[in-house]
Amino acid sequence: MQPTTASPVIEFRDVSYRVSGTQVLSGFNLQVQSGETLVLLGRSGSGKTTSLKLVNRLLSPTSGEIRVKGVSNREGDVIRLRRSIGYVIQDVGLFPHFTVERNISLVPRIEGWPGDRVRARVQELLQTVGLAPDTALRYPYQLSGGQRQRVGVARALAANPEILLMDEPFGALDPLTRDELQHEFLLLQQRLHKTVVFVTHDLREALRLGSRIALMEAGRLVTVLPPLEFLRSGDPLAAAYVRAFGGSLESAANRGTS
Amino acid sequence: MNVFRFILQNHDQVLELTLEHLRLVGFSTLFAMLVGIPLGIVIAHRPGFSKPVLACANIIQTIPSLALFGFLLAVPWLGERADRLAILALTLYALLPIIRSTYTGIRGVDPAVVEAGRGMGLTESQLLFQVELPLAVSVILSGVRVAVVISVGLATIAAAIGAGGLGELIFRGLAMVDDRVILAGAIPAAILALVADFSVGRLERCLLPR
Repeated sequence: MQPTTASPVIEFRDVSYRVSGTQVLSGFNLQVQSGETLVLLGRSGSGKTTSLKLVNRLLSPTSGEIRVKGVSNREGDVIRLRRSIGYVIQDVGLFPHFTVERNISLVPRIEGWPGDRVRARVQELLQTVGLAPDTALRYPYQLSGGQRQRVGVARALAANPEILLMDEPFGALDPLTRDELQHEFLLLQQRLHKTVVFVTHDLREALRLGSRIALMEAGRLVTVLPPLEFLRSGDPLAAAYVRAFGGSLESAANRGTS
Repeated sequence: MNVFRFILQNHDQVLELTLEHLRLVGFSTLFAMLVGIPLGIVIAHRPGFSKPVLACANIIQTIPSLALFGFLLAVPWLGERADRLAILALTLYALLPIIRSTYTGIRGVDPAVVEAGRGMGLTESQLLFQVELPLAVSVILSGVRVAVVISVGLATIAAAIGAGGLGELIFRGLAMVDDRVILAGAIPAAILALVADFSVGRLERCLLPR
């Protein structure tokens, strides 16, 4: 089904993760191809977030390995690895004592970019995520939830990483703002073609944004399918999801424009 | 008022003792910060150490000050000079509020912010100096404030071992049964405590983000 000729950007090889007696992830194998949006779908505690954190080494696997761009992510410097991967989380985690500009430009600054290049990049990113230029001088507490998450995305994109890890980025937003941001995410992704791993428990969001959906349950990968096939899947768990979310899902499904 | 006339008449001496007092409090607070803040940072990151360290600081706090001064008097190098000894004792007392507030301040930083920072590829020291410390600074300084005010009060007792400071007037007044002399030590000490509290408060406002 999936072309296996191109080497995957992220690859989980037989990964297990165990913490204080609980098997969070077991026998996990998954490949994420360049430019695709792979959605990890599953209920709370199914191991979605853990899988994400294994990629940028916020966690280390108990066994198995994760390869990023063909190299085990254990090799090399963890700081370099993390700076080459954008990371967006549900709580956003903006630095409350920094302006939006400093929040977005933190990594480029640390990397020693010259000042005018940093400023230009911040303005470019604000435009990319649909924020007014004067947002740069504001503080996180002065922004709405949607604006904050836009800044979070801009910050993740700052150093132009090839890979984006997104952990329920739109989970805490109201439905209208979520819809707006999902729409903009699709437009953004059409332009930028990042390799995205996106965690959600919302099937509708998964269908809309994902080029493929990886369904997880109790630390195991159940199935990986493109959105439309997911809807018609005979897998009992996938079918249960589809039933739980009710009808009219077909219209939501990403038909793979990219 | 008799007291103020007395202070005015002896202003040279009162001023000198106030400066001595300030020196005791200043050095001890400085040393307590130099030891307490790093220690607080360490135990905030390694929760396993937090209990024993805080317990030790707590125990020190429960030793009566006069007894602590007495114990330290027997230590060779320290016992030679009373002010050294007083500064050490005051440092020990100032440790608890400073360690505890540093610990609380750093632990209180929003975990999402720390995780985002780490995920973005900040090194541990960048995380500490650019994120954790700036966000914890007001809590840390509130501990320093408590420490300073406690020290100003405790330093009066240092006069009992001959370390000088405003306590000298208080003890002299007690011996002479003269309220004026007691108050000539106590009033400047109270003012000193208020001024110190206010100054650290101002410092806090300067250092506070936003």
